[in-house]
Amino acid sequence: MTDAARHPPFPQAARVALADSQLRHNLGHATHTIRAKRAEVVAEVPDWEQLREAGRALKERVLRHLDHYLLELESAVRAAGGEVHWARDAEEGNRIVGDIVAAHGVDEVVKSKSLTTEETKLNEALAERGIRAWETDLAQLIIQLGDDMPSHILVPAIHKNRAQIRELFMSKLDDVPPDLSDDPRELAETARRHLRKLFLNTRVGISGVNFAVAETGTVSVVESEGNGRMCTTLPEVLISVMGIEKIVPAWQDLEVYMQLLPRSSTAERMNPYTSLWTGVSEGDGPREFHLVLLDNGRTNVLADQTGRQALNCIRCSACLNVCPVYERTGGHAYGSTYPGPIGAILTPLLSGLEDAGSLPYASSLCGACYEVCPVKINIPEVLVHLRHQAVQRSAAAGGWRGRLSGERLAMRAMARVFANRRLYEAAQRSGRLAQWPLVHGGKIERLPGPLAGWSSMRDLPPVPRQSFRDWWRNRS
Amino acid sequence: MGNDQTVPVLSSAVPRRVSLFITCFNDTMFPQTGQAVVNLLERLGLRVDFPLEQTCCGQMHFNTGYAEETVELVRRFARVFGDSEVVVSPSASCVGMVRDHYPRVAELAGDRGLAAEVEALRPRVLELTELLIDRLGTEDVGAFFPHRVTYHPTCHSLRMLHAGDRPLRLLRAVRGIDLRELPEATQCCGFGGTFAIKNADTSIAMLSDKIRTILDTGAEVCASADNSCLMHIGGALSRQRAGVRTMHIAEILAQTEERR
Repeated sequence: MTDAARHPPFPQAARVALADSQLRHNLGHATHTIRAKRAEVVAEVPDWEQLREAGRALKERVLRHLDHYLLELESAVRAAGGEVHWARDAEEGNRIVGDIVAAHGVDEVVKSKSLTTEETKLNEALAERGIRAWETDLAQLIIQLGDDMPSHILVPAIHKNRAQIRELFMSKLDDVPPDLSDDPRELAETARRHLRKLFLNTRVGISGVNFAVAETGTVSVVESEGNGRMCTTLPEVLISVMGIEKIVPAWQDLEVYMQLLPRSSTAERMNPYTSLWTGVSEGDGPREFHLVLLDNGRTNVLADQTGRQALNCIRCSACLNVCPVYERTGGHAYGSTYPGPIGAILTPLLSGLEDAGSLPYASSLCGACYEVCPVKINIPEVLVHLRHQAVQRSAAAGGWRGRLSGERLAMRAMARVFANRRLYEAAQRSGRLAQWPLVHGGKIERLPGPLAGWSSMRDLPPVPRQSFRDWWRNRS
Repeated sequence: MGNDQTVPVLSSAVPRRVSLFITCFNDTMFPQTGQAVVNLLERLGLRVDFPLEQTCCGQMHFNTGYAEETVELVRRFARVFGDSEVVVSPSASCVGMVRDHYPRVAELAGDRGLAAEVEALRPRVLELTELLIDRLGTEDVGAFFPHRVTYHPTCHSLRMLHAGDRPLRLLRAVRGIDLRELPEATQCCGFGGTFAIKNADTSIAMLSDKIRTILDTGAEVCASADNSCLMHIGGALSRQRAGVRTMHIAEILAQTEERR
């Protein structure tokens, strides 16, 4: 699910992103705009806090009884004429989807925006079998045309501005008017002409799933453009891939999320296109419906009592939009389908700290993510929990990175010093003495070793001659 | 903001005597902040004691992933302050550590006795502005500070302690002060403890924007309720020779016309 194995650790990747002034400008503008709008529409809802609590509690119930709800969903979908497939991991999920497409003898499919199939790299797997998957979400199309990676959960092309998108359309799409401007309406119209042809000529559609109602077997896709609805209604065959945590128990529970999600994600009061379907219906929509239930690491997350809350996520991206780290580095630095604060916990939870060990540290623990999360995922708590696991892992494996073991020695030494008043007071005195080669003109401007990052832009005040406790003792 | 399930119910009785938890960082690096807290609280009629056995709350260890190394420091804190009626500290993030994370450390240690001690202690540990506003019921502490000041509300005071506008209410009552509103005030300054070292580039990018908004206010002093964030902000202001200094809010509140 992650490129982290091939991807540099976050600090290095971030360094590259931070140097891109166009990216900084695009992202700063986009996140600040959506942040302000979200705050406005959330403030309109008097029972927002109760809604958040309901959203959290429902997910907690689903996760606690996931085995029961999954079976309930399976039988409801089957009863409504759909087929249900179970996939342990990405490979199995992709094979199931590929087999269904191949059985219909087609070599082209249309796709609505789906993070889960990004996670499983379905497009690449289909391409290996000679099947071309066309992305139909506008931003996802921009990513596909540019051979790029999504950098945001909801707005995958947030790192691109309209001038860059115009250039991409001019070079990659057929039948583009030579005088195409960077006016968003003209750009959307160009994409619409391209997509309309695909919708009318493709027999198999693939979608993700936002919510699946266990009680009724109803599956739902929540989107803004209507292209998702085209994908889920026009083709003869529809395949929907969902993570096993996307269940709500009953139809009425959708009410909670249909209030929480649009206000948190696009800062809209109501979602523009909410498609809901139950199995297949005679003479209406696809004649064949397949639901693929994907695990791909989720049951491991479920087993982690602190980390489990990450499965509450409804992919709204509010945490990305308020994150001071994401705002500056963008999504690519995370090297994962899931960037930002939620990605910093979900990626290592799903795929292990081995590949994503630097992500839990990619946060100042400012807490802005937790404050806006519509399902109350305590992201800072899970980040610290994962840091603890990373430290334990390195202790067991003998060196996650050479630097970390040096860090562990320092942390242990400091813990011993803090555990003993005499050692602590001695350390205060020796700090005062040891710093003298570093102090120039009343400040420290260069620090050695791993602390050099501090002094690259910040001075450090020297340790003063008298500690507070010295002053206190002299006074009384 | 809705994440308040971990905030203990603070008692509202007016204390006569408070124990100062200075924090290892202030003790060693910013003694003038501790002196200001003592002077201020004594001026307001409180008796301040300072248990010399105190060292560090363990926040850096816990937040960096060294939970095992934190346990002994939590035990120590509970032992040193167990008998205190009220503990006050000039650090929002260290108070946040005690109130929000100590129960988790006790749980990880599997020590029910410690968990009970921590549970009893949590509601009695207050950040300075909480003590002044909520317990002493005062906004005007009689301070005089004729300077142009802007206030940076730290993340942990905002989102862990839910300090709200308490610090600003105290600053507004200071005589002679010219308080300038900080744009984008609730944005993190980029410190984040070991984050500033491990992700130095990202931390500096965040800091640059914070510095820009501080300079935009035209203030000569940037104040805050946490010296750790201020050391980070002040370090950049100093490097840039920006002519703006940083001060803990306690040092402003301690100044009077007589004591300048």
